[in-house]
Amino acid sequence: MTLEVRKLAKTYGNGAQATPAIKELSFQVREREFICIVGPSGCGKTTLLKCVSGLLPATSGEVLLDGRRVTSPPEQMALVFQEYGRSLFPWMRVEQNVRFPLRRKRLPRREADRLVSQSLAAVGLSEFVRHYPWQLSGGMQQRVAIARALAYQPQILVMDEPFASVDAQTRADLEDLLLSVWERFAVTILFVTHDIDEAVYMGDRILVLSARPTTIEETVAVELPRPRDQVRTKELAEFAHLRGHVYRAIKKRT
Amino acid sequence: MRRLRELGPQLLVPALVLLAWGVWSARAENFFFPPLTDILASFRANWLFARVPTDVVPSLERMLAGYALAVAGGVGLGVLIGSFRLVRWAAGPAVEFLRAIPPPVLIPFAILTFGIGPQFKIFVIAAGCVWPVLLNTIDGVRGIDPTLRETARVYRIGALARLLSVVLPAASPRIFAGLRTALSLSLILMVISEMEASTNGIGFFVLQSQRSFAIPDMWSGILLLGLLGFLLNAGFVELERRLLRWHRGAQASALEGA
Repeated sequence: MTLEVRKLAKTYGNGAQATPAIKELSFQVREREFICIVGPSGCGKTTLLKCVSGLLPATSGEVLLDGRRVTSPPEQMALVFQEYGRSLFPWMRVEQNVRFPLRRKRLPRREADRLVSQSLAAVGLSEFVRHYPWQLSGGMQQRVAIARALAYQPQILVMDEPFASVDAQTRADLEDLLLSVWERFAVTILFVTHDIDEAVYMGDRILVLSARPTTIEETVAVELPRPRDQVRTKELAEFAHLRGHVYRAIKKRT
Repeated sequence: MRRLRELGPQLLVPALVLLAWGVWSARAENFFFPPLTDILASFRANWLFARVPTDVVPSLERMLAGYALAVAGGVGLGVLIGSFRLVRWAAGPAVEFLRAIPPPVLIPFAILTFGIGPQFKIFVIAAGCVWPVLLNTIDGVRGIDPTLRETARVYRIGALARLLSVVLPAASPRIFAGLRTALSLSLILMVISEMEASTNGIGFFVLQSQRSFAIPDMWSGILLLGLLGFLLNAGFVELERRLLRWHRGAQASALEGA
């Protein structure tokens, strides 16, 4: 599954009130690649993800998934939002939240059961299936959202600042959890973050966006060895070098 | 035992009121305020349970029929109006006008249209109760978090599942607020509708007792209506407490996190 974004542009409103959000963006994502997208705050990262996931029509340009144009949310894609508290259904238990998107797939009951329990186990929440999301901590709620995305068996997982609203320790745990499920479930990940360290730590490549109207400032290849480790990887000279490089790329324009 | 102790003050106040009323009315000479013991005696003679099949059951049947129609129409139209901006734009002024009409004024029209059977009463009850349900449903549907809607879209949830498992539950706290207002309104409209062109019902009984100077009977009907309203509301609150447990939990945890 390859994703291609071709000359994507998005302008909100029209006439005198037209606000260009994305000027022009083109990039390709290879199968099983981990792409991080960083940029100054308010730079249209969320707009980009909404266009990529078919939630928002682009003003011009196109998004292609295996050569086919995306006009509505594709079946092979799952999205994890920053606001876990608002994207989980509070009237459903954890298990129901994860199972809900599977209904449309009309899987045999046993297969659906297996997907639900396997993905909840992968995020370490097997013991919380009967809880409601609001009975869990923020980090656990985001793990439910990740389990829901995994059970859906996407080939591309799109994540919009998924760890921005949790504390630092939980955040490091979630990063490592995500890296392990990325390896295990063989998915392609498009990961938006405003945290440069996080982008360097997680990604194969980093797309550095400019301020609005957004273009790609630079594409940075991250050739740090995997598996990555919160302590050892971050001690590498290469990590510090990349981190400084990306930081300067973002600051250059703002 | 503990529950009883908590309920103590709540039971004490009505007991004191009844006691004061009893003592005062036992000595009063006023014909319109008969002794409480007379009222209770006629309450027992009328409502335990001689007139239950002839008056209480028909009243409640009409009330529930009108209420059910209002709920079905209010929630159905509310989801439609709340979901589509164009419908909202188009229907807005008409809704505002229609809901401004006091429902009892529809009685003459309803009698002309439906005759003097139960249908006109059901119509008046439904026509009055539909507004709180409708307006709250519209607000509830409009107020659904965009992130929830987007989540449903991303996971390609079908229209029916989206309606039943996302839109209605998400709007249900508001819908329930409307249902509760409509419930007390339905009791009021039931009584009013029975004071016109009727041959049975609690409202009819109260009016008839007043006209035949059966004052204790009249008071017993008023007492019954108060009791019914209280019990209906208590039952509704209990139902809401169970069905919206998730809502209270989610709100409490959101406050904690903020």
